[in-house]
Amino acid sequence: MATDTTILRVAEVMIDELKLEDVTPDTFSPDIDLVDEVGIDSMDLATVALVIQDEYGIRIDEDDYTKLTTVRRIADYIETKKMAA
Amino acid sequence: MKTVSSLLDAEWHERYKRISRLNIRSSIYDVTNRCNLRCKGCFFFSSGEDKAAAEETDIRKWEAFIDREKERGVNLAILIGGEPTLCMDRVEAFYKRLPSFCATNGLIKLDRDRFPDLMVGISLWGDEEDEKLLRGKDAFAISSKNYAGDPNAYYLYTITPRQLGKTGRIIRKIRDAGLKVHMQLLSNDEGVDGFSWRPDELAAIRDEMDDALDRYPETVISSKYYHEIITTGRMLDRTFGWRECPSVTEPLDTRDPRPRRLIHFIRWASDLQTMHRCCTSETRDCSTCKDGAAHMSWVMVNKRAHIRTAKDLRNWIEIYEMFAKLYQFIPW
Ligand code: SF4
Ligand code: SF4
Repeated sequence: MATDTTILRVAEVMIDELKLEDVTPDTFSPDIDLVDEVGIDSMDLATVALVIQDEYGIRIDEDDYTKLTTVRRIADYIETKKMAA
Repeated sequence: MKTVSSLLDAEWHERYKRISRLNIRSSIYDVTNRCNLRCKGCFFFSSGEDKAAAEETDIRKWEAFIDREKERGVNLAILIGGEPTLCMDRVEAFYKRLPSFCATNGLIKLDRDRFPDLMVGISLWGDEEDEKLLRGKDAFAISSKNYAGDPNAYYLYTITPRQLGKTGRIIRKIRDAGLKVHMQLLSNDEGVDGFSWRPDELAAIRDEMDDALDRYPETVISSKYYHEIITTGRMLDRTFGWRECPSVTEPLDTRDPRPRRLIHFIRWASDLQTMHRCCTSETRDCSTCKDGAAHMSWVMVNKRAHIRTAKDLRNWIEIYEMFAKLYQFIPW
């Protein structure tokens, strides 16, 4: 289970990188579906992944993009990868 | 934050969900440098792309190349040329390995026992008169016999300014042959007299395309937003052109900043090594480019810009659906 800190940071990266309007890390629901509701696509995910990879020192495989459907799932993914590193 | 469901009713949201995870990753392949026609205004020959590279003839090299393309993440191979049907073994190598689409002039019939469901886009350059003038023969007379009633074939109707007022008749001919049609506009790469678009003609053809879609919804695969974009070159508050084009070969894309673009897109020459600048003519002036697929892709890669109003998002969905149908990701 991801910590609140990681969840908030992922939300912040999404907002900053994708220039999402009218939302803050605190109001960004960690369980909202990023594709079906926020409307992000794989190019958006690649943009976010670049920042996350640098910041957390992990590698995000393109094949895994389909699993990263919410902020919480991305945060869980980061923490699992960090533990495995 | 605007969300998809806050803008769409349940039916549109379902339509959105049907396409939102498709992740179409196309690339384009010059299957051969040869053609059995020489159309005036064909970008391939007019820009010398037929001489850009010596054709690879070893089918095993094609097969290994296609396997590498699949590993690179391509999930849609768009086969162009020249005329791909002059090299059926290469078409087959793609068909067996990747979801594929074959652009053809329709003079040679694909064997449906060998390629049962390969989607075929047949080029059509206007009425009999224009086809004779630009292509040297009435190709429709032959292609419509070859593909009559084929559920996996449609016409790619390149509309010229001289077609104003005449498109309805052509569309009825296509309907009567039991086929569908997708419309695009001529870019007149060879500057043939009378075939370049004037602004008033673009406005008039937009109305005509809208009318065709209203009258023949079962035959015409299109959307009014596509008509708007292709005739005005404008999307939301932006203008189409080099700085915005999504269909530039990724390794050759030196633009800074890079616009939103097709991920991993490459247009390969038939030597399987040379890359062309973009999905169409190397020498085309981007400010006059009317390439239909590039305009569709432009909309498709800019989804979030359309999560603005319900109408914008529905427009985006219609264009994505149209592309997904034309390339068989969803049924007609
Ligand atoms: S049929 Fe197609 S490839 Fe051949 S000359 Fe005409 S436009 Fe070019
Ligand atoms: S010619 Fe058209 S498709 Fe090619 S780069 Fe220019 S705008 Fe894009």
